[in-house]
Amino acid sequence: MSSASTTTPPAAPGGFTELAFETFLRSRDEPRWLIDRRREAFTLFKAAPWPTSKDEEWRRTDIRGLKLDAFAPPGRREPDAEARAALDPLWQELSTHYATGIAQVNAEATRAADPAKLGGAIFVDLGRAVKESPELLRRFLLTEAVTPREDAFAALHAAFWTGGTLLYVPRGVKVEAPLFSLVGLARDGHVDMDHTLVVLEEGAEATLVRETSGRDRAGAPALHVGAVEIFAGRGARLRFVNIQNWDTSTWHFSRERALVGSDAALQWTVGALGSRLAKVNQEVALTGEGARAQVNGVMFTTGRQHLAYFTRQDHQAPHTTSDLLYKGGLKDRSRIVWKGMIRVEKDAQRTDAYQKDDNLVLSDAARADSIPGLEIEANDVRCTHGATAGRVDEDMIFYARSRGVSKETAIRLIVEGFFANVYDRITLEPVQETLRQAVADKLQLGAATPV
Amino acid sequence: MSKVLSIHNLHVAIAGKEILKGVDLTIRQGEVHALMGPNGSGKSTLSYALMGHPSYEVTEGSVTLDGRDLLALEPDERAKAGLFLAFQYPTAIPGVTVASFLRQAVTNIRHPDRKEGEDLIPMRDFRKELREQMDELGMDQEFARRYLNEGFSGGEKKRAEVLQLAMLRPAFAILDETDSGLDIDAVRVVSEGVNRFAAKHTTGILVITHYQRILNYIKPGFVHILFGGRIVENGGPELVDVLETQGYDWVREKYPEAARDEDEMEKQHAPLKQLAF
Repeated sequence: MSSASTTTPPAAPGGFTELAFETFLRSRDEPRWLIDRRREAFTLFKAAPWPTSKDEEWRRTDIRGLKLDAFAPPGRREPDAEARAALDPLWQELSTHYATGIAQVNAEATRAADPAKLGGAIFVDLGRAVKESPELLRRFLLTEAVTPREDAFAALHAAFWTGGTLLYVPRGVKVEAPLFSLVGLARDGHVDMDHTLVVLEEGAEATLVRETSGRDRAGAPALHVGAVEIFAGRGARLRFVNIQNWDTSTWHFSRERALVGSDAALQWTVGALGSRLAKVNQEVALTGEGARAQVNGVMFTTGRQHLAYFTRQDHQAPHTTSDLLYKGGLKDRSRIVWKGMIRVEKDAQRTDAYQKDDNLVLSDAARADSIPGLEIEANDVRCTHGATAGRVDEDMIFYARSRGVSKETAIRLIVEGFFANVYDRITLEPVQETLRQAVADKLQLGAATPV
Repeated sequence: MSKVLSIHNLHVAIAGKEILKGVDLTIRQGEVHALMGPNGSGKSTLSYALMGHPSYEVTEGSVTLDGRDLLALEPDERAKAGLFLAFQYPTAIPGVTVASFLRQAVTNIRHPDRKEGEDLIPMRDFRKELREQMDELGMDQEFARRYLNEGFSGGEKKRAEVLQLAMLRPAFAILDETDSGLDIDAVRVVSEGVNRFAAKHTTGILVITHYQRILNYIKPGFVHILFGGRIVENGGPELVDVLETQGYDWVREKYPEAARDEDEMEKQHAPLKQLAF
């Protein structure tokens, strides 16, 4: 990626010091191979240039306000009862919609999945996976999809990751029931570095809904540095939903990449709702012939939120298809940066790629930067891209009002309608409903009338 | 009880430019009025101003509905007070289905004191009523699930307007060029829908048109000619025939001052119209 800089890197700032790292390692009782990997990542972190506004990916995203040395690696401390309780309502809600799930609160696993509902799949927190499935982690964890070499945040994550989720579905196994994972920060939780690893072997099928949430934190600064890695083997089918709903005191950084193999199909839905500032790289690589990926994004920002999402559709094999639709709504003084890239390699003939980002700007002080991009080396492809940023149409409001609909309701209908075509693509009804409700709630936040 | 829509000395400006120069018109419930006039005479301005479009500034005059000052009301409050405008160019609202939009609208109109967030009218009752009205207008039930006016043909849009009219049951309905863009069969279907509805609910109707075609189906008892921003002639149905056979030249000769204004407005109107299309 383009964040590398040739100038002398400023020293990595930090509460993530050598001393902190050694203390962190001692607290964890981990096998040699993992400790070695963490050491290697920590070395990379120390050497990695800290992003500056000169880097293309950070040009529009100012993180000078992030004081990394104000945070420390999460210690091994059980979340207290109040912190657990703060996430309970969300756990209950997810439990009514999906078959079984796992939860992590303040960087510690708090609930495990019901093995009876897994149909032969492995679905455990990552700490447990280190003990029970080390061979899987050695092979897949931070080796291929996401690596510590990407940038300072990827290295930081690889050195300090705590908890997270492993979903492993063996060959031919179809997990019918949708699974969920809940990752929360509550009360005195300040740092989360969870990792999501999903591996579907040949012909496997699964649905995983992940939701991150900050609750009951009274505005204390928090930091999340995460990663998502997805491997979909030949003919596998995965629906993955990632709803990011951190509270607005949380800094959110995430590196996310899926490798989609031959004839495999991935539907990846992103809900980007929370955090104070987010910088996310979401990438799908179509690595095998006939691989398909559909990417859906619903973003909504309020207040002074700043959400920067960089998407990439990497076509590496012939006859691959990708279809990305992101939609964003912005209120108040918030800002959305979306930058997309479709890359088609020379051998990836007959690629069919689509990329679209639309934004609805609901206040004069909000701003959307929407930047599509294409890099095509093959000559027999179909690639379409587009980006729009518009306001709520006054004529629509007048038309609705002329039928007795109040201005407030008219705007709500218009905003809901704006997102309808991305909701329509999401084949999980509770996810549609969650996103719809989240957008409706955020639309009502604050006293200022949008438009 | 018969309500009255009363327009008195109405002056309306757009972007500081006066379009209507003192319009007087009184409509009682159950009456059908036709407002005719050449392009650019101010017909659509009157309809938008009555409904309260924010770009149309009323500089003088009054509009009351059953004694209530309409001009003091927001557009949605005017709708709740019993006024309906069938748009010449209905606006598409992508992603909002005809059914969900109408359920909001019907709820608000029938429960004008409802607060935001309170319950909508029951889905079952609403669906049943919507189905019946769509049947009467010869509309496919699938129509209710389509996004409002999005990708609708000209005829579908006008039918959707009449469907909304039928569901909202206003005391007064303005039909702004409802026949434009329709073939003769569609004009007939739409007109029959309006007639059926008006007879049932004794609605006061104001048909705005520059063709007499739709008036073969919706028979006006009162005909007014809008010219140069004011109503220059009031009469009965015979006025439609006069315009049909003689055009507007005699109006022009009879009202030279209005003709000057009309010419002026025509010049102003041309570029605006292009934008509107």
